[in-house]
Amino acid sequence: MSKEILTLDKLKLGEAAIVISFNDEENALKFMEMGCTPGQKIKMESIAPLGDPIAVIVSGYKLSMRKTEAALINVERI
Amino acid sequence: MFKKIKLKIGKENAQRELKVAVLGNPNSGKSTLFNALTGLNQQTGNYPGVTVEKHSGDALIHDDKTGDNIYVTYLDLPGTYSIYPKTLDEEVCFKVMCDDTNEDHPDAAIIVADASNLRRSLFLATQIIDLRIPCIFVMNMMDIARVRGVHIDTSELSKFLGVPVVAANARKHHGVDEIKQLLAHGLTPPQKDFIDINQFVPAQVMEPSQKMFPKKSPYGVYQLVNNEAGIEHFEILPTQKIDIKKLIKASGFDKHRIQSQETIARYKAINEIVKECVKIDEEEKRKSLSSRIDAILTHKVWGYLIFLGVLFVIFQSIFLIAKYPMDGIEFFFVKLSELGNDTLPKGELSALLINGILAGLSGIVVFVPQIALLFAFIAILEDTGYMARVSFLMDRLMRPLGLNGRSVIPLMSGMACAVPAIMGARTISNWKERMITIMVTPLMSCSARLPVYTLLISLVIPSTHNYGFFNMQGLVLMGMYLIGFLAALAAAFVMKSILKSREKSHFIMELPLYHIPKFSTIGLTIYQKVRMFLFDAGKVIIAISIILWFMASHAPKGTLPAIETAYQSTDSTKKYNPQQLETRVSSAKLKASYAGMAGKWIEPVIKPLGFDWKIGIALITSFAAREAFVGTMATLYSADSKDNTQSIREKMAAATNRETGGPEYTAAVGFSLMLFYAFAMQCMSTLAVVYRETKSIKWPIIQFLYMGAMAYLASLIVFQVFK
Repeated sequence: MSKEILTLDKLKLGEAAIVISFNDEENALKFMEMGCTPGQKIKMESIAPLGDPIAVIVSGYKLSMRKTEAALINVERI
Repeated sequence: MFKKIKLKIGKENAQRELKVAVLGNPNSGKSTLFNALTGLNQQTGNYPGVTVEKHSGDALIHDDKTGDNIYVTYLDLPGTYSIYPKTLDEEVCFKVMCDDTNEDHPDAAIIVADASNLRRSLFLATQIIDLRIPCIFVMNMMDIARVRGVHIDTSELSKFLGVPVVAANARKHHGVDEIKQLLAHGLTPPQKDFIDINQFVPAQVMEPSQKMFPKKSPYGVYQLVNNEAGIEHFEILPTQKIDIKKLIKASGFDKHRIQSQETIARYKAINEIVKECVKIDEEEKRKSLSSRIDAILTHKVWGYLIFLGVLFVIFQSIFLIAKYPMDGIEFFFVKLSELGNDTLPKGELSALLINGILAGLSGIVVFVPQIALLFAFIAILEDTGYMARVSFLMDRLMRPLGLNGRSVIPLMSGMACAVPAIMGARTISNWKERMITIMVTPLMSCSARLPVYTLLISLVIPSTHNYGFFNMQGLVLMGMYLIGFLAALAAAFVMKSILKSREKSHFIMELPLYHIPKFSTIGLTIYQKVRMFLFDAGKVIIAISIILWFMASHAPKGTLPAIETAYQSTDSTKKYNPQQLETRVSSAKLKASYAGMAGKWIEPVIKPLGFDWKIGIALITSFAAREAFVGTMATLYSADSKDNTQSIREKMAAATNRETGGPEYTAAVGFSLMLFYAFAMQCMSTLAVVYRETKSIKWPIIQFLYMGAMAYLASLIVFQVFK
């Protein structure tokens, strides 16, 4: 099976992926500062009841973000 | 353990002075450590030019080697993930740490890390190390991390970083003495760079810039150049600024690219260190409890139900529990002014003291129970980590209105009292979202509006109107609360498109692990908030209440004695008993006073709303507190009744309109008046707090005007349509 690149918001609950790159420079810096760097493992941990925002596990802690922000992160499913 | 010596914390008792900055990620336990280091000797102020709160504290450290006492000023910097400034909070950290001409620039830094979130904390720590600021790396909550299966080799970590590493738990005061002794013995600037910034920044920028600032580390020079737009804050020569700008332009200096290269390189190096120094037993186990709690607290049904329950408890407490101490405070001040009336010599000065200053003081102190309770709850919600989950649950609902998930608590608290609610908006870090929350919160129907609503509802809605189960009066009261709530949401929506902000709204934030709250932290928060309110907002409230007292008790020369003489005629003394006479005199005096004149003066303006000059006077006196409406009406109508047995409600119901001959308080007037009270900004305490919180006279004025305009229009429409 070929590995597909998708954005983080498309990940299903419980799925894990590797951070590949970012689609927005400014937010990329914010993400990276918080330990969400390319090569890091990231896991979709929970989705807020209204479908937004989401929470992921990255670098050993829980990080929440809006779906629009998650759509800026390209990941590869593992 | 060294012997504790009780000395007055003052520079005169110290041989040396030291400035220490405490910094770290949000939720790292930074403030807990700060509290442990300083105790109650804290000051809150503001950083120059920005609305970021500045916490600092003083302490004496007794050096157990030399016997010296060192006077240490600790600065609790806002929580940050990196030294790059993006938000106002981070800008403060940047300026304090990177600019050695800044008055708060520290001699040493304490970097606080949550031991179970080591990587992210090391990111900030290594940036500070590269600035070559002498520092201590404190791993907080180390014992908790150990229980969770995380083992950190502190001596190995210290070797990698080149700075001392302390394992601590600030909540239990572990490690605090070690930190103090390290500070006392003196720290040296870190010698080696963690990341060589020269590999990313073009040499044609770095070399000449380094020559301009020979004392700075390469990383410090780079930070200065990178923030070229912000370096107006630094004391560098104008020619140097121009030179730097030229260099940036000529070299194709790409700040975003360099920053992302640096970030990736830094994390790569950190990952190597973590591999060497940290052993984790079972990665999954340590997060499991928090995850299980999250599964319930952010559940699509339970999550909202529990949140509603929490809101209910907070709201009930501010509304009901606070009532008892508030009644006590009011009783105390009533007794005090009675005592003053009895013992002090009659005269202008006594009147000012009792009816002006004492009344103002009571109006301030009466808010203390509500403020203390609300902040107790907010501190618990923050300290446990639940507040972040509230934002997570509510963000989607609040976003279209330009608000944040964190706006929910202030908005709801506004139903009890806007004063603590507006102070509570501090937990919103985004400037625009915080401003919108502050601006619309007073539209929520607060408890001071309740007496006004109940009086007017009982006046214009017959209590006999029932629809089965529902009581009409109750429904109208609920409707008034709903109108306030909807008005707040609508105002937020409008303000969202008007307010401009350079800060982007984002929701990239940590959901911290749950903690058991620490009660001394909560106590300290309450103490600070109450003190801030009493002394900052209090000044404004006292000043306004003195003006209001003057207006209500003074009149143009000669008028007041004339009233006294008129009522002393034998005719009046025969007709009324002494008590009746007194109420009549005070009513006549109020009508003749400057407040009464103002009421008559504004009558043409408020007439289209259905209000007469008596209501005009009440509108003015309500500015002290909305419930003053009831008292003012009672005084004004006391003269019109045949005897004193009628209640204020009966008196107002009996009042006739001079023009129509029908009742003065028709449904149209009643509703018009209620809407006016629902929307108008008639609370000096709220305005004082908005001024205190926004640091600008502009915002309370805008608030006063926009709410006044809303009130006027709503009342005008209702009265003109239904009269």
